[in-house]
Amino acid sequence: MSEADLIDDTGEEPAILTLPLDAWHRARGGRMVEFAGYHMPVQYEGVMPEHLWVRESAGLFDVSHMGQLLFRTDDGADLDGALESVLPGDIAGLKPGRQRYSLLLAEDGGILDDLMVTRLPDENPFDVQGLYMVVNGATKFDDIAYLLDQLPDDILINHMEDQALLALQGPKAVDALARLVPGVRDLVFMTGASFEWDGKPLWIGRSGYTGEDGFEISIDSEYVEALADALCAQPEVKPIGLGARDSLRLEAGLPLYGHDLDEAITPVVADLGFALSKRRREEANFPGAERILAEREVGSAVKRVGLLVEGRQPVREGAAVLGADGAEVGRVTSGGFAPSLNVPIAMAYVPAALAAVGTRIQLSQRGKVHHATVTAMPFVPHRYVR
Amino acid sequence: MSRYFTEDHEWVDVEGDTGTVGISEFAQGQLGDIVFVDVPEAGKALTKGGDAAVVESVKAASDVYAPVSGTVTVGNPALADNPALVNEDAEGQGWFFKLTLSDPSELSSLMDEAAYAAFVAKQ
Repeated sequence: MSEADLIDDTGEEPAILTLPLDAWHRARGGRMVEFAGYHMPVQYEGVMPEHLWVRESAGLFDVSHMGQLLFRTDDGADLDGALESVLPGDIAGLKPGRQRYSLLLAEDGGILDDLMVTRLPDENPFDVQGLYMVVNGATKFDDIAYLLDQLPDDILINHMEDQALLALQGPKAVDALARLVPGVRDLVFMTGASFEWDGKPLWIGRSGYTGEDGFEISIDSEYVEALADALCAQPEVKPIGLGARDSLRLEAGLPLYGHDLDEAITPVVADLGFALSKRRREEANFPGAERILAEREVGSAVKRVGLLVEGRQPVREGAAVLGADGAEVGRVTSGGFAPSLNVPIAMAYVPAALAAVGTRIQLSQRGKVHHATVTAMPFVPHRYVR
Repeated sequence: MSRYFTEDHEWVDVEGDTGTVGISEFAQGQLGDIVFVDVPEAGKALTKGGDAAVVESVKAASDVYAPVSGTVTVGNPALADNPALVNEDAEGQGWFFKLTLSDPSELSSLMDEAAYAAFVAKQ
C-alpha cells in the first residue's frame, strides 16, 4: 500500500500550526493530520461510528482553525454598505442576533469564500457594536487581505486569533448544552446570543455544518479546554474528527470551499442562488451582479448537482463526468461513502442538459466507468430547529 | 506455509507456488472502516510492486501493490458483499486474492513476521 495513505503527517514542519485543543485531541486518541495549515484530528474511534453518533446523539468538533472576524466602525461609517460591496446578502436587513450564510465575491462574481455573518446585539462578549463573521480556515488570511483592500479605511476588521470555536452537532446537542448553558433552547436556527458558562462569556449561534440541529460556540481559547471537557462529560457527547465532518456535510449537501467552490465558480453555478438576497438582486450592485443575474435569468451552462452512485465503490473528487460520446464534460468535486445511507454519494459540476434530477450519467475514475443518478440535495434531510 | 510482509503493509502466505495476499492488521487499523475492495480478476498478471487492488475506506482510496510477481488465480469473492471482513480479519478471511508466483526468489526481499512487527513498531 502507499505510505502516504497510512502514515500520519505528524512531521516536524514548523509551518504547521497547533490549535488550543491540540494536546486535548491527542490525549483523547485523535489521529492528527495537517488541514488548513493546522494539526487537526481526522478521527478518534473511526469515521463511520463518529458519523453515525452525530446523526443519533451529539458530537463535538473543534473548528478553531476557522477565522472569526469582527467588523465595526468608530466614526459612523456605513458598515452594512461596506460589507454589501463584497457580499450578495442583505446585510442592512440583518436584525441583531440574526445570522446569514453569504459568499465573499471577487470583482467578477467568482466565489472567494463562503461564510456566516451575524449582527451582534448590544450586549456581546466581544464588546463590539457591529458584525461577527466566521470564514473558512484555509482561506482566512486571503479573505482578510481582500477585505482590507476592498473596504474603506474606516471599517475596522479584528481577526480574533485568541478566540476558539467549538461546534456541537446532533439531535441531542441541545440537551447536552442546555445542561451547561441554560437558555440555549430559546435560540432557533440561524440566530445567536451571548451566554455565560462558569463565569466565562460565550457567543453561541444555532447552526452548523452537518445538517443536524446544533450550535457553534465561540470562547476565549484560554477556557476552551475546560469547556470541551465539560461538554464531553455529558453522556450524549463524543469528540468527532474532520473525517466525519466531511461525510456529514456531504450527506447534508453542503459545499466545501476549495473543493466544491472556488473563484472560478459563481453563486448560480454553485446552486447557491438562495444567498442572493431579494433586495440585492433588485439593486444589482454586488460584485459580478450583471453576470450572476444573467445566469440566474437564463440558467448557467453548468451546475453543481448531487449524485447517487451505483454499486459500492466511492467515486471521489477529481473523477470525470462523461458525456454521451465518452468525452469529459464535468468533474466530481466531492465524493465518498455515505455512512447514513450506506451507499456512495458525490457532488459534481455537470452541463445544464445533465443537471435535471433523475438524469443517469457516467463517471470515470482511474480508468473505470461508474454510473450515477442526479438526485436532489440534501441526501439526508436537514433537521434544523426553526 | 510461510508468511511474508512488505514495507507497504501487504502480506503474502506462500504454499508451494501459490500465494495468498492481503493487507496487514496494522494497515486496516490505519485505514479505518473499509467500504469497498476492488480485487483483481483471475488471469491478471501482476508485477512485484505494481498496482494489484484498491481498498476504499470512508476517507480515501488506497492502492494495494503486489508483494510478488505472478498470475492471479482468484479474487476473494466474499469482499464484494462484506468489505468489512478486512477490518474484522485482515490477515485471515479478509484476504484479497491468490496468485501463482512467477519468481519465488522475490520472497527473499520481503520481511518475516518478526521483522515486520519491528518495522511497524517504528511507524
